[in-house]
Amino acid sequence: MGSTSAENNGTGDTHPTGVGRRDLIRRSAALGLISVPAMGFLSACASGGGEEQEKATQGKKSEKNPLAVNETAPMEFVLFDGGFGKEYAEDAVKVYEKNFPGAKVEFSATQKIQSTLQPRFNQGNPPDLIDNSGAEQMDMGVLVGKKQLADLTPLLDAPSYDDPGKKVRDTLRPGIVEMGQFDGEQVWILYYAYTVYGVWYSQKALEALDEQYPQTWDQMLAVCEKAKKKGMAGWTYAGKYPYYIPFSLYPMIGKVGGREVLDAIDNLEPNAWKHPAVKACFEAYYELYRKGYVLRGTPGLDHIQSQTAWAQGKALFLPNGSWVENESAKVIPSDFGLTVSAPTGLDSSDKLPFGTIWASGGEPFVVPAKARNGAGGMEQLRIMLGEASSKNFTSKVKSLTAYNGGTDGIELTPGLKSGVAALDKAGENVVNPRIQDWYVQLQKEKIGVSGLGEMMAGRITPAEAIKKIQGFADEAAKDSSIKHYKHQ
Amino acid sequence: MQHGKYRFIVGFLTVPLGLYALFVIWPFIQSIYYSFTDWTGLSPDFAMVGFDNYERMLDDDIFWKSLQHSLLFALLLPVVTIGLALFLAFMINVGGRRRRGGPVISGVRGSAFYKIVYFFPQVLSIAIVALLFAFAYNPDSGAINSVLRAVGLDGVQPLWLGDPDLALWAVMAVLVWSTVGFFVVLFSAGMASIPADLYEAALLDGANRVTTFFRVTLPLLWDTVQSGWVYMGILALGAESFAVVQIMTTGPGGPDYSTTVMVLYVYQKAFRDGQAAYATTIGVALLVVTLAFAAVVMKLGRRERLEY
Repeated sequence: MGSTSAENNGTGDTHPTGVGRRDLIRRSAALGLISVPAMGFLSACASGGGEEQEKATQGKKSEKNPLAVNETAPMEFVLFDGGFGKEYAEDAVKVYEKNFPGAKVEFSATQKIQSTLQPRFNQGNPPDLIDNSGAEQMDMGVLVGKKQLADLTPLLDAPSYDDPGKKVRDTLRPGIVEMGQFDGEQVWILYYAYTVYGVWYSQKALEALDEQYPQTWDQMLAVCEKAKKKGMAGWTYAGKYPYYIPFSLYPMIGKVGGREVLDAIDNLEPNAWKHPAVKACFEAYYELYRKGYVLRGTPGLDHIQSQTAWAQGKALFLPNGSWVENESAKVIPSDFGLTVSAPTGLDSSDKLPFGTIWASGGEPFVVPAKARNGAGGMEQLRIMLGEASSKNFTSKVKSLTAYNGGTDGIELTPGLKSGVAALDKAGENVVNPRIQDWYVQLQKEKIGVSGLGEMMAGRITPAEAIKKIQGFADEAAKDSSIKHYKHQ
Repeated sequence: MQHGKYRFIVGFLTVPLGLYALFVIWPFIQSIYYSFTDWTGLSPDFAMVGFDNYERMLDDDIFWKSLQHSLLFALLLPVVTIGLALFLAFMINVGGRRRRGGPVISGVRGSAFYKIVYFFPQVLSIAIVALLFAFAYNPDSGAINSVLRAVGLDGVQPLWLGDPDLALWAVMAVLVWSTVGFFVVLFSAGMASIPADLYEAALLDGANRVTTFFRVTLPLLWDTVQSGWVYMGILALGAESFAVVQIMTTGPGGPDYSTTVMVLYVYQKAFRDGQAAYATTIGVALLVVTLAFAAVVMKLGRRERLEY
């Protein structure tokens, strides 16, 4: 999820680096200062073998306290202060403090997750609950592999906050528990936000063209042609971060060829990308470029610039996730009629029906294995997964949560409403490609930038893109320095 | 008094040398040590793996690309920046036409104004400069393509940062733009200290501006130019190139790895991929490159110092 929430902050991956004073370095000093910028910072995180901190003793297990939290043990919670802000977590902390009046909660919110927490993991005294998100997300695979995270199964098997008769795991949306697993039964991560990916457009603009959202690719091309005649491009996307294209392309591949194709891709199976469904979808997208339906200059736009051009009506469709409503709130006109749709398929021979959509968790919360009060961290999560906290989140930040429900009785914004409708329509047909959280470099840099980005800019053909991407995937499958995962 | 003298000197040197050892030498040694381990950077336990990281690095295409780009930065940026800065500084200080009743040598008209204008980019942090240029390079509504459209060049609308053939040059142009002013001021200061009678003598002998520059100004400014060269090389290999590539380019580092540089790759490996040990290995390679660069500059630049 780093890919998405990283960009939620508006400016993307900026890194404030700068040489403040440019004093002239004398010749003698020059040699010594060489390459300090490159290596000096590594010393900051040099590993020091710290002692493990003492764990808090167990509290009394009761109906109100099923996780047996020590009522007086302090609890520390570090939140990623990103697109969703921190208010929702502060509200949830207040509930914790009310339930455990004797406990002191230390809450902090930061964008610098990795810089603040990496040294603490190295020293063995991490906080009790972390929202490991944003541009500085710590690699989950490594954290799991090095046994730094606690198994959240006790939380999932505990009674839910609202209904003691129901386990927490039974109140969650589809896919949330699986996303928290790596290999095996343990659940290491709880994704709190729930993101709907797909094709975003203005209902108003579509109506002005006298069209409906196209269900087959021929219709898609026809709509784009109509838009082009009116001086509007069919598509735009975050050209500088082309790993936004998969948000609509991957579920399309799943719809055309079935889930197995996406699973094979996730599993890095040989020739997974050479499946006919992949080829057909790549060629379909390439048609958009070839026919001139992609907004001119798109490969040089970042996510904000492309979203702005799209909100201004320069392009009709945009592959994106549900955070776009919050992120581009300032530029989306009030009568825009923001809508998300499941991606267009090829034709009636597709394996899955129209409506097949990509939805998955965002904002990964983890409880470190070496936390002093891990039970407290889980209890805080249990509170957040209650209906009241979930509703609070949805109404404040215009996003769904992992809690299945929590939308009754609050007024939903247009984008969110269409997201809920799209999920209803999809029913069982929700796909969740894991490649984006399993193999970050492969997904973003190699498939995204070097494969899809180059193809959509017209610099390589679909056949070349597939060959290149298959090569990248084979390399990743062989690379012993990255951890490999398989669908269970 | 002899004893006391050494104690006196040692007393002064202990603290700075100690700090230098702690914050410069020690991290170097640590980095080299970690490059032989499999440390992830996210947990305190790791094992020695010998030369595995180095073998992997030699097989890594992205590493070679980043090395290539870093070398290009280190070679080309100083040449362009310092060449341009020398030209501008010369025009500001020496290159003007002789005016009746004025001093023998002077800059072009309005040189005081130019001196300030050239220095302007220097007051902006490199992060801000990179962001500004990211907007300027926007192919849809950015300043550069808008100007092209305004002068009727509708057909010429490059993708700039989105084009693998242009992206690296676009990034380099930003670095030149943001650093040239500093060197103009630096060289101006150097030129101001060159005695005017040397120029007078050259002019009396009938030297034109080009000859004056190569025979008088440049030799007398050589020390300053050389320092500037090393300094610019370090910027090009280190922090400045990281900032612009990270903030401006596709990916970052792209499109298709066309702008990735070694510092960026170190950062991505250490903090995105959780492979701190491999990152330190690339850091060691970067150290070697930087030392080699400095050695070459020192060696080539060695000349007799001219007294004046």
